[in-house]
Amino acid sequence: MKHKQILLAHGSGGSMMHDLIQELFLPAFDNPYLRQGNDQALFENPGGRIAFTTDSYVVQPLEFPGGSIGELAVHGTINDLAVGGAKPLGLSVGMILEEGLEMELLERIVANMKRAADEAGVPLVTGDTKVVERGSCDKMFINTSGVGLVAEDVHIDGHNARPGDAVLVSGSLGDHGVAVMSERRGVQFSTPVVSDTQPLHRLVARMLEVTKDIRVMRDPTRGGIATTLNEIATQSRVGIHIEETALPISAEVNGACELLGLDPLYLANEGKLIAIVPEEAAESILSAMRELPEGKHACRIGHVVEDRPGIVRMRTPIGGTRIINVLSGEMLPRIC
Amino acid sequence: MSVLTAFRDSERARSIIERIHRRNTGDISIMEFCGGHTVAIFRSGIRSVMPESVRMLSGPGCPVCVTSNADLDRAVALAKTPGVTITTYGDMLKVPGSRESLMQVRAQGYPVEIVYSTLDALKLAEEQPDREIVFFAIGFETTAPAAAAAVLQARKRGLKNFSICSVMKLTIPGARALLAMGEVKVDGVIGPGHVSSIIGSDAWRFLPEEHGIPVAISGFEPLDLLAATDAIMEMHEQRRPALVNTYSRVVRPEGNRKAWGAVEEVFTLDEAGWRGFGIIPESGLVLREEFADFDADRRFDITVEDSEEHPACRCGEVLRGVITPHECKVFGTACTPESPLGPCMVSSEGSCAAYYHYQRQLA
Amino acid sequence: MCLAVPAKVLELRDDNMALVDISGTQREISLMVLDGDAAPGDYVLIHVGYAIEKIDEEEAARTLAMFEEMSLLDEEVPEGEDPLV
Repeated sequence: MKHKQILLAHGSGGSMMHDLIQELFLPAFDNPYLRQGNDQALFENPGGRIAFTTDSYVVQPLEFPGGSIGELAVHGTINDLAVGGAKPLGLSVGMILEEGLEMELLERIVANMKRAADEAGVPLVTGDTKVVERGSCDKMFINTSGVGLVAEDVHIDGHNARPGDAVLVSGSLGDHGVAVMSERRGVQFSTPVVSDTQPLHRLVARMLEVTKDIRVMRDPTRGGIATTLNEIATQSRVGIHIEETALPISAEVNGACELLGLDPLYLANEGKLIAIVPEEAAESILSAMRELPEGKHACRIGHVVEDRPGIVRMRTPIGGTRIINVLSGEMLPRIC
Repeated sequence: MSVLTAFRDSERARSIIERIHRRNTGDISIMEFCGGHTVAIFRSGIRSVMPESVRMLSGPGCPVCVTSNADLDRAVALAKTPGVTITTYGDMLKVPGSRESLMQVRAQGYPVEIVYSTLDALKLAEEQPDREIVFFAIGFETTAPAAAAAVLQARKRGLKNFSICSVMKLTIPGARALLAMGEVKVDGVIGPGHVSSIIGSDAWRFLPEEHGIPVAISGFEPLDLLAATDAIMEMHEQRRPALVNTYSRVVRPEGNRKAWGAVEEVFTLDEAGWRGFGIIPESGLVLREEFADFDADRRFDITVEDSEEHPACRCGEVLRGVITPHECKVFGTACTPESPLGPCMVSSEGSCAAYYHYQRQLA
Repeated sequence: MCLAVPAKVLELRDDNMALVDISGTQREISLMVLDGDAAPGDYVLIHVGYAIEKIDEEEAARTLAMFEEMSLLDEEVPEGEDPLV
């Protein structure tokens, strides 16, 4: 690119904007839908039920151990489709860039998005770019929306958890939260923990091959598994019991949490899912999950109960019980 | 480090729980003074495995919670002073002062920076020589050395734009004030492990010697807390109040003289206002005259309107162990972690927040 | 109050600083208020970026043994240590 930084003119609709799109975005995201060159991507109507979702990404820092806002924007929206049992068809990309953003950084983020979309096999079919004045946004914001197809006999829904069901998680918890935290000013530390950002649609497809009867699925992003489990308990009007000793949390994540006084249950994940499944299918679903790298460490963490609807309880290693609440407000490092 | 991870061993913990259940101590009220203990007790579910006869009380050991509105209002006023960047530990951000919290001040566009350490505040002062970096120093004896070290470092590096607003407090005068009020029956005290690592376990001898109250200095693993509880129950049973140090891997009788020496070099004692207690003499740390250049209160002329506490908030009584959070009318209704009326609902180690998060529906 | 975590000293650095490891997470901390010297391999307790005390592993082992005892107040405590400080 000619310019070292993003200028307001890059969003003006004039020739500089044209160049930015032609030289950076189009070659990177190239696919037949995008090549249509219209204000919308045209799909053949595949029939059946369509899943549609949107998410905006405003992560700071933009790059962190194991990924960047680029991968997050692709994976996050794919995962929102996937946990509904949908096969993702395509994503849209809306970029909001701050005047003065380094072009090199933008190029890196775009390359990460392209790689993430290619690896996931989900095209970025339409897009938009805006440039805002310095101070109006923090370097860059990305919005992605996605559409997907849901098979006829799949009915994954937050209201479907039933007493006796097993609660599964696809892998270790809190990695993304720690990776991002490690780069934040005021708490910097070095950690071998990298973000777990990854797409989950193949894992979900594999699970649905075992049984269509998956009751609930969620990806526990902001607010961590504590918040997600509470949402499910409330929606399904059931209690949820988890075992602290069963939670897959790495020593490194635990160490970082101890250092900062954080609770790993509330840390964000960007490539994990929680599934509530019938007890009789739990073991075969787990075996299937473990066949794929993104589900290698899948495990059972608890079960659904009838009593205390809406409440998530955890049994601690010493045999005590505590309530797991939703995250309130912003998670701040504590000293006390 | 097997010997340290052994303190997390649930098998060992369960055997002490069994021992506690075999005891015939009768009704006993045990108070932990330390907010870190409060959190550890909740997070490990210790209360839920205790016999009914054991009542566990939380004392005034959360520095965030005992910070008075007047002190918070001062921090807010400093944050709004032109050219000033307030730095503080994350815990302080959400605590509502009379009118607003530092979080709300930050949302209005004033620079409020969370730091993990005073070292980060010093770094900020070096990076931004055109701004006044004020560190809002809360904490007890454990945290005071970090503030003292920062002042000593700032002097050594010749930093002219770094200062401290100290609202730091001492635990012993707080504990003495609580006992002097005589509102709560305390049969035993779980002594704060990290405070004691600085001031020494001997500092707590006054509990058995002057008040006949057994004390067990404890670490923060479930096993530590269970062993400390067990030791207190035994001393209570045998009517042999004494000081037991179950955290001797860290705490020495004399404490860390070097750390405390740094505190004494930089700070001197003054009266301090505690939420729920009022003014306690010689319980606060303020900068000595020779460090006036690093004292935000002396450097910035701030005026604070009259401070007031929320009329319905009973944090003061909660802090004194007089009521449990459930007994406060606004607990969980008007006062929640999302919209806290008082500090005990804000700090993750505040009793109200801990009850709200871990025990609301177990009551 | 006073969240502090055990950490292993990895290397000593200029200005009385040290690099420490907390189960894989590493951070530079200050040894300025530590009473006595720390060497790589030592365990220290970290609070808000400062090492405040060394952790005595032998003492830890003794404490564990003491917890195993039926009573913390028994006269016969292992290795002749009186738990009453």
